[in-house]
Amino acid sequence: MSEDVVALSAAQAAERVRAGELSARELFEVYRDRSASDELGVYLWVAEEAPEVVSDAPLGGVPLAVKDLFCTKDVPSTSGSRILAGYTPPYTATAVENLVRAGAAMVGKTNMDEFAMGSSNENSAYGPVRNPWDTSRVPGGSSGGSAAAVAAGLAPWAIGTDTGGSIRQPAALCGIVGLKPTYGSVSRYGMIAFASSLDQCGPLTRDVTDAALLYRHMVGRDDCDSTSLQHPEEIRLPSSESLEGLRFGVPPALLGEGIEPGVREVFDATVARVEELGGLVEEVDLPSATHGLSAYYVIAPAEASANLARYDGVRYGLRSGNGDLTSMYEETRHDGFGAEVKRRIMIGTYALSSGYYDAYYGRAQRVRTKIAEDFREAFERVDLILTPTSPTVAFELGARTKDPLAMYMSDFLTVPMSLAGLPAISIPGGLSDGLPVGIQLAGPAFSENRIMEAAYALEQSIGFEGVPR
Amino acid sequence: MTDFEPVIGLEIHVQLKTRTKMFCGCELSFGAPPNTHTCPVCLGHPGTLPVTNAEAVHFGLMIAMALDCTVAPRSIFHRKNYFYPDLPKGYQISQYDIPLGREGRLGDVRIHRVHLEEDAAKLVHAGSSGRMHTAEASVVDFNRGGTPLVEIVSEPDIRTAHQAGDWLRLLRATLKRIGVSDVNMEEGSLRCDANISIRPAGDSNFGVKTELKNMNSFRFIERGIEAEVARQESILRDGGQVVQETLHFDPSTGAITSLRSKEEAHDYRYFPEPDLVPIAPTEAMLERAREALPELPAARAERFERDLGLTAGTAKLLAFRGELGDFFEDALGADGQVEPATLANWVTVELVPRLGDADPQESKVEPRALARLVELVSAKTISQSAGKTVLDVLAAEGGDPERIVQERSLAMAGGDELEGIVERALEANPKAVEELKGGKAKAIGAIVGFAMRETKGRADGGEVNRIVREKLGL
Amino acid sequence: MIDREQVLHVAKLARLRLSEEEVERMSEELSTILEHVERINELDLEGVEPTSHVIDVENVLRPDEPRPCLPREVALANAPDATDEGFRVPSPGG
Repeated sequence: MSEDVVALSAAQAAERVRAGELSARELFEVYRDRSASDELGVYLWVAEEAPEVVSDAPLGGVPLAVKDLFCTKDVPSTSGSRILAGYTPPYTATAVENLVRAGAAMVGKTNMDEFAMGSSNENSAYGPVRNPWDTSRVPGGSSGGSAAAVAAGLAPWAIGTDTGGSIRQPAALCGIVGLKPTYGSVSRYGMIAFASSLDQCGPLTRDVTDAALLYRHMVGRDDCDSTSLQHPEEIRLPSSESLEGLRFGVPPALLGEGIEPGVREVFDATVARVEELGGLVEEVDLPSATHGLSAYYVIAPAEASANLARYDGVRYGLRSGNGDLTSMYEETRHDGFGAEVKRRIMIGTYALSSGYYDAYYGRAQRVRTKIAEDFREAFERVDLILTPTSPTVAFELGARTKDPLAMYMSDFLTVPMSLAGLPAISIPGGLSDGLPVGIQLAGPAFSENRIMEAAYALEQSIGFEGVPR
Repeated sequence: MTDFEPVIGLEIHVQLKTRTKMFCGCELSFGAPPNTHTCPVCLGHPGTLPVTNAEAVHFGLMIAMALDCTVAPRSIFHRKNYFYPDLPKGYQISQYDIPLGREGRLGDVRIHRVHLEEDAAKLVHAGSSGRMHTAEASVVDFNRGGTPLVEIVSEPDIRTAHQAGDWLRLLRATLKRIGVSDVNMEEGSLRCDANISIRPAGDSNFGVKTELKNMNSFRFIERGIEAEVARQESILRDGGQVVQETLHFDPSTGAITSLRSKEEAHDYRYFPEPDLVPIAPTEAMLERAREALPELPAARAERFERDLGLTAGTAKLLAFRGELGDFFEDALGADGQVEPATLANWVTVELVPRLGDADPQESKVEPRALARLVELVSAKTISQSAGKTVLDVLAAEGGDPERIVQERSLAMAGGDELEGIVERALEANPKAVEELKGGKAKAIGAIVGFAMRETKGRADGGEVNRIVREKLGL
Repeated sequence: MIDREQVLHVAKLARLRLSEEEVERMSEELSTILEHVERINELDLEGVEPTSHVIDVENVLRPDEPRPCLPREVALANAPDATDEGFRVPSPGG
């Protein structure tokens, strides 16, 4: 029975529970037991008991894995950092609350790159996560735990966060669906901040329908987040089988060197498939997008350097030092932060410091304006933009840890949408040497319905099979 | 020897009297037990976000308007980054290059800017009893953390310590009048720093300035500025140079000490606060702020002087203590007969000493009663001194002045009663009578004194004089 | 090029003690990263306004209405060093 249950998509499982054909408790226990025997390093915390769920709730008590970056009341929330070891927040993130209210049952908290800084999940203070397709490889990051959990059937679905690609890239590397929604459409309240003007949470799921269902119950304007917005559309479950009349833009600027041949192959095949399904493909110019990564690596670290200043050993988390104030600050932060976090705090502090602000932060914000304008112009001509999600498939553990810049390149294709606050989805497009390749579909702000309809049509046509089990 | 001219600018922090904090729903508290008015937001917990208090913005707009500032069509918040245990997020949310208001004026001093920000928490020294530390320890109380603040920065238009004190009094009266703050310096709801430099008189360049921090009374501010100006003068006269630094004035010793920051010069790394959106006051917000502004003290003092003929000092006294001005105007309106200047004197000279700092509206003295009392004195129905007795009674028990006069027989002595008394006075003072007849007018004093004693102050000197002259045929 | 002195200065601003080895590595890595970042200088940004926010809303304000505060023991529960009343820290300048 347990394997049958695990084979169900989250939406299917929810339907069965709501129809009285499946017990939410049993479903929870199946996943809890699987989670407890997790060998991929996916979970940092697993629930012991199934929470009480109203059985006719829309999400039917289907278990949910939650990235450890979300604050969950009285449940450890570490953001993958040693500096928050043992921290149990006094409140719960709005997105999690919304989902729980809709009937989701939190089964565990997932591993991640520390403070969401990373593209391989190797920056977690609590050990790496392994890719279920090949355990010698990384799952991507920073939502690596959530992506691997869904891919490995350790959770029916999960939520993660995406600042420069942290949902889409691990979804791509793990062969699942990951949606980075429009900035502001889901409340950030309770998401441990990395880069506030970019952070956005979204679903990581086995298929597009699950993504739509989960996202539907995450959205909403929140009084606790000044930057949250009401989504102008009801989120629909996608049903379209055709791409008739949809215009797709392919940006050559982003498809130059650095894209692995195997990835390029799957992408080209996808472009052909789009046309087969009735879509119109044309080239679009995104002249500034190639500078996205540079701008991103100023803006995100700058905001992070301030967001991470609160970890000072006073109110929560780790405290080190020899008893004087300066040493409390410097030692706590020395002991509590990992190498990548320190690196970004240093870049960000430098970029904001006196004499450098205009050259770095000021310029980066202007590049951001240019990138947003590029997209605006592009979306006057096309409905969606199509790219690979990641330039490469999942790489070996340790392959890029010595070379930060090479690691940063993982986000080359996802960062431009983040800077413009636009929604984008990654769906599995096929395999390259037995490893999944993700395809990214991006649209204008609040075009999630359009994106997911198109993604669904492609998904049906591609017929991607998950991790061989 | 060169004469030096001080150049002084003030920076004032005003705690706003909203119900809740600047960016979270915690109720403001004064004197509540430590750390009982906190929430995840004002404790800076991971994942929390600020949401701006509408009333704080409203109060900020009122202040900007009261200080005649140009209100920014669109202002934004910045993060000011520094580490201190009373700063939970590691940055203070404040306004930087686009403040709520700029280029204003109050009295003879121009306003540079008015901006919104959040207050820090309170650090209380706790001695060396810490469990973990042998070193000195402090305890942080986050109740105050996040209290809405408005910072007001003046242009360096002030030239003397006295002018600084006067101007600050006007500012305080203005803020109090518009009802946005308790403006209590001792409790810290009004805090003042002064930027001070000196230059050779007539010079138009500025000298090197120092910043004198956190003086918590008007007297200390004036004394502190005087001391700092003197210090700078003596440095320059000795051929030295003033160093730009932050200073502390110790009012008990008069000493000025440097608050040396251990770190290199501050680098606050300001950048736009991504968790908040711009404030772009709508016409409705501006209208609401405009309508909430009462007549301001400076304008009121001017009106009292111009329209009611009060002296400048009295007008200021009444206008700068709004509650006195209100009482005065209520009394004036309650009795159309009373002469404004006389009434104003009764309020400032007689009523204030009887009530101290208390609000007269909350005392037992009705505005109408005081007006009536002044009227009785002016009409010579009672004497000046009887009037004071009546006011004593009013202050202690309240009531109606005419009834008090009646009950206590305080009405001016007159008619047969006063004639009889004068006759007895003349009999008792033959020497004075002689002198009067001899043309020595001063001698009347003895007669009047007698009459006053006999009537317990109810006699009118002028009337006594008239009767004496009549009786002696002078 | 970010030299050792700059690394130490920035680390000081960020209240981050770096080990000797971290200082060395940081100097190298930051230089490489910033070199890459400086490619944004290739773009003509004349007259381009900075974007600090992609969302276009203003005046998100909260009514001045009190919300429940945390019980003190909850507020202090996560503190590494607390008294019954507050968060204990080393005294500034102490």
